[in-house]
Amino acid sequence: MPMKIGDRSFDKRVEKGLSDTHMRETVRGAQGRLHTNKAKAEEELGNWEDWRTLSEEIRAHTLENLDYYLEQLSENVVKNGGHVYFAETPEEANAYVEEIAAKKEAKKIIKSKSMVTEEISMNEALEKQGCEVIESDLGEYILQIDDHDPPSHIVAPALHKNKEQIRETFERLKGYDKSADPSELTQFAREQLREEFLEADIGITGVNFAVAESGSISLVTNEGNARLATTIPKTQISVMGMERIVPTWEELDVMVNMLCRSAVGQKLTSYITGLTGPREEGDLDGPEEFHLVIVDNGRSNILGTAFQSALHCIRCAACINVCPVYRHVGGHSYGSIYPGPIGAVLSPLLEGYEDHKELPYASSLCAACTDACPVKIPLHEHLIEHRKIIAEEEKKTSLGETYAMKGFGIAASSPGLFNMATKTAPLMFSPFSKEGTINKGPGPLGGWTDVRSFPAPEKERFRDWFKNRKKEDS
Amino acid sequence: MAQGTVQNKDSFLNNIAEKLGRERRTTGVERPDYQKQPQWEVMADYSTDQLVEVLKKQCVEIHTDVKETSVEDLPKVLDEAIKEYGAEKASIWDDPRFSSFGLSSFAARPDVSVWGDAPEEKDIRISEQADVGITFADYTLAESGTVVLMNGGGKGQSVSLLPTYYIALIPLSTIVPRMSQVTRKIHEDAEAGERVPSCINFISGPSNSADIELNLVVGVHGPVRACYILIDDR
Repeated sequence: MPMKIGDRSFDKRVEKGLSDTHMRETVRGAQGRLHTNKAKAEEELGNWEDWRTLSEEIRAHTLENLDYYLEQLSENVVKNGGHVYFAETPEEANAYVEEIAAKKEAKKIIKSKSMVTEEISMNEALEKQGCEVIESDLGEYILQIDDHDPPSHIVAPALHKNKEQIRETFERLKGYDKSADPSELTQFAREQLREEFLEADIGITGVNFAVAESGSISLVTNEGNARLATTIPKTQISVMGMERIVPTWEELDVMVNMLCRSAVGQKLTSYITGLTGPREEGDLDGPEEFHLVIVDNGRSNILGTAFQSALHCIRCAACINVCPVYRHVGGHSYGSIYPGPIGAVLSPLLEGYEDHKELPYASSLCAACTDACPVKIPLHEHLIEHRKIIAEEEKKTSLGETYAMKGFGIAASSPGLFNMATKTAPLMFSPFSKEGTINKGPGPLGGWTDVRSFPAPEKERFRDWFKNRKKEDS
Repeated sequence: MAQGTVQNKDSFLNNIAEKLGRERRTTGVERPDYQKQPQWEVMADYSTDQLVEVLKKQCVEIHTDVKETSVEDLPKVLDEAIKEYGAEKASIWDDPRFSSFGLSSFAARPDVSVWGDAPEEKDIRISEQADVGITFADYTLAESGTVVLMNGGGKGQSVSLLPTYYIALIPLSTIVPRMSQVTRKIHEDAEAGERVPSCINFISGPSNSADIELNLVVGVHGPVRACYILIDDR
């Protein structure tokens, strides 16, 4: 699937999300748990802010010197006997991968989770060529067999489905006859997929971070599917967004640490794998042939702009896990494979405003995302910057009036969103308020509260107060 | 090893340099002297005994069984661990440490296959059919309960991955506080021009997934249970 998912309008997607009680319950539970786990993992380190400072510095330095480090990476991959393809467009990337598949006469391709291959619709391209492409990440596998249901979260792609829905999918499509117990469902997927791994001609993976100094790539997983995809098939293709790179193994340590803690609250996930492919002489497993595809697909247009730090993202989803808007509308409402705050920032940058112009407004600007980001991307400031650009554009086409109140307009036009925004305001501001005033406000409030206080949102909403008052009166 | 190929590099990288608003950089980039380096403060002054305590506690978190033994009792303790998993067929590394730690006769058993000994390169299939995979740890990280495996040659990456259970033999001399100490060593080797091993694993317990309603399920594509045997080799 491309980045954009579905054809429904933003309002329709949001209304569908808000009315999906299954999904909302699951997302609420998941956010709570992930947030608690991350908080615990931060606390264990004791000096989380120092780690964030270091991580931000690493990402900023790497992006400032991206051409240098990518060149070093490619030279080292080649020196080790691997092949590197720089692809500016999805078409170029897919054509290269198709060519390898054709040369290898590949029938079966096993994949471990990769957002960038989703972004460029690589599966569809390979399927058109007659290859069977099997997703092996449990969440991706569930979505794939369920008629390619789109992912709704970048770390837990099937988060919107509950176990009963998954049991039903397995039963209907794979002849599963056991319970909805997650252990039994998982065991079933293990058995189904193991044989596929052994038969696969090509393994395709994403890349969490490439390491320039040694021509290595790293993969961060818990399930072990990325290990299987890079151990058994004779050919390995790894696809990376061009910004997913660190200078040396020392920086890899720091970034992997931040990714694991921020994404799932683990110190390290079960498997961190550093691959410097292809296999060496005397090795009896691992790929005989290794290809690294480095994808631009609009990323270079973000370099040198006010949005450059959006490329610092390490795809941990911490911003998604704290976002009150995501909590209520769910991942599919964003209409992009990158949902939540980072998705609202990235999707318009990568694919243009046309399909994603509402996303910068799908935010209360509470700045919880910015605070959660392990590499300190000022996400809510980027959202404001987007709004400015959209407003400027609209002004030029004399629709300025309509969009001046766009944020309010979108929230107000959807009764669910409006209710949510007004209900959550006191809660969201509670960490910043003291005795009814806010003296050090987050995000856009900061400018105001630097010089004066701001009244904290009343616990009772005007609408509720009005309703009660009417009741009292009558 | 034959050199690989690279395509479209210059146009791609020139475009990046242009977008960054400067000339292309091909030399002279120095890593910054990072202001904050908290990774070196973690358990910096811990003794081996303290690190072992941290490791054991972390193993509870990551659903990993732990046994402790002297070098002398290792064959007996390994046997127990295998029996507890109800395992029969074992797949092990071709690693001289099996003999230096007194496991030569174990490695010679008919139900034990040594990586690289299979005819017609059937090693992957044999390892896949094994009940338990057994390797030594090259490094062990106390903080995260991680064994680090520098695979290659007789040290097949399949051994710690394909069998149903995994047992890691951990000489206490391999314990360091965290990942930083190991990645620094790899960095120094790379800087000295050495090729980094084709596969380095950082393994923290059995495979698991939380993809269904974020419920943790232990045992997905990799081993469903893992046991660390801590060997006091001091």
